[in-house]
Amino acid sequence: MIEMWYALIEHLFPFAWANHSFMKNALLAVLLVSPMFAIMGTMVVNNKMAFFSDTIGHSALTGIAIGVLLGFQDPLLIMVVFSVLLAIVISMLKVWTTTSTDTVLGAVSATMVALGIVILSRGGGFNKFSRFLVGDLLSITQKELLLLAFSLVGVLILWSLMFNKFLLVSVSPSLALSGGIPVRLVETLFCISTAVVVTISIQWVGILIINSLLILPAAAARNISRNMRQYHVFSIMITLISGIAGLLMSYYWSTATGATIVLFAALFYLCTLIVKPQLT
Amino acid sequence: MSYIGFMKALHKKTCGLCCTKLINFGVTIGRTEILHDINLHIHCGELTALIGPNGAGKTTLLKAILGEIKHTGELHFLDAEDCLRTPVVGYVPQRIDFEPGSPISVLDLFSACSSSWPVCLGHSQRMREQASASLASVQAEHLLNRCLGGLSGGELQRVLLAMALDSSPDLLLLDEPVSGIDVQGKDMFYDLISHLRRKYDLSIILVSHDWGLVSHYADRIVLLDRTVQCCGTPQEVFSNEQVLQAYGPAAQEDMAPLRMKPQIIHRSGGVQA
Repeated sequence: MIEMWYALIEHLFPFAWANHSFMKNALLAVLLVSPMFAIMGTMVVNNKMAFFSDTIGHSALTGIAIGVLLGFQDPLLIMVVFSVLLAIVISMLKVWTTTSTDTVLGAVSATMVALGIVILSRGGGFNKFSRFLVGDLLSITQKELLLLAFSLVGVLILWSLMFNKFLLVSVSPSLALSGGIPVRLVETLFCISTAVVVTISIQWVGILIINSLLILPAAAARNISRNMRQYHVFSIMITLISGIAGLLMSYYWSTATGATIVLFAALFYLCTLIVKPQLT
Repeated sequence: MSYIGFMKALHKKTCGLCCTKLINFGVTIGRTEILHDINLHIHCGELTALIGPNGAGKTTLLKAILGEIKHTGELHFLDAEDCLRTPVVGYVPQRIDFEPGSPISVLDLFSACSSSWPVCLGHSQRMREQASASLASVQAEHLLNRCLGGLSGGELQRVLLAMALDSSPDLLLLDEPVSGIDVQGKDMFYDLISHLRRKYDLSIILVSHDWGLVSHYADRIVLLDRTVQCCGTPQEVFSNEQVLQAYGPAAQEDMAPLRMKPQIIHRSGGVQA
């Protein structure tokens, strides 16, 4: 499979970057991560959950720390389990406390970052974890690509089964409830899937910028779309274009890939902001 | 053609036999008893208006019937054959709190409600026709491709009403449906509702503060304040001495604009050049 992909890229792009297998892997990773983030992002923005996904991203530090404490070589599994638990706790806190969601998330986010840093910096060894902060897309392995492919398929299945319910709950929980939708359950399911997608991708995109990759394309797409179909199409196009452009430019500029991709997405957002008044 | 199909699907003969019964119905949240000992029978084809002061528990009662809040006591629905079954409840909320900039079209919302085909993949021609027919029944078919955020208050209420009717409900709950709508819009909305409940086999429960409009359109008024204070036809309720004493000033204030003729008020020396 992967050999066919390599051959295809070398055939299509007779450039220097196409000779490196890490670039070919990274390109495939971009093609898998982009649609996943694009479609998740549309609903995260609709649900006003930008701060939630940010909190989940930042809390990955504690997930890594717990993984390290328990002596795991690859902390991914622990990170995912931890973020799912955290997502459940946050959605329960939202129901139980009368404090605004903002405050709850702010408190959780700060605590988790602090806890993660404290554990990881014991004995001054924090530097070896800084790759999680910035992310390293170029180091992705074939096994990890397979994991990304599975997550993309998972998100697509989730969307085909649950999208209408997610949409109704985001428009009005009361309305959804009168239509027989178990609102609390659907909300929690969405929180969990966001947490899983964010956590799986974090070591390649980076804790600091992962949320921008989720939010920016959707935010740009909603400026120029009038219905859900356009919203999704634009969001996927913007993520794909900024993903590929960011990857190639980071190669030529020798910059961090994740951040370069985010900058391209931000450029799209800026453009749609300028175009928007002419559309409405 | 699909419009006729839609009408047929909705049009059950008004029988007046279906009945929603609330028996010793009450709601307690935490330690606060919000509603208690509510006994009501609501028949199909009837428009029941819930009135009462702020904090009387009107919205809470609707939410409890809807199942959003737990309740004590019993809620029965008997259909025309006298069989107990769970009623299909349509609900038009007071407002929906989506982000105004969301790219959700009216058609998106309709399809999301009535089909399982993910609306992000677009809509089938059949779905489009069906939604258009539903909207036509509330004179809003021109709104089909509009964004939700761009609709006026009255337009949004009509879209929500069409959606609630789409599931052929036995019971329709309207929570202050015309708050923030101009006078013509209100009249149009009430005309539409009284037309619908006669045409379809619908029991309607409507929460309102507008005593004037309610006395004109409702079949029955329920004055709610923690429990049912008074229940009967508009004439009975609004001529009840106790009601007027306890809740009267508000009533007179609300009714006043209807009786008042348009007039220009001159103040002596009001304008000086």
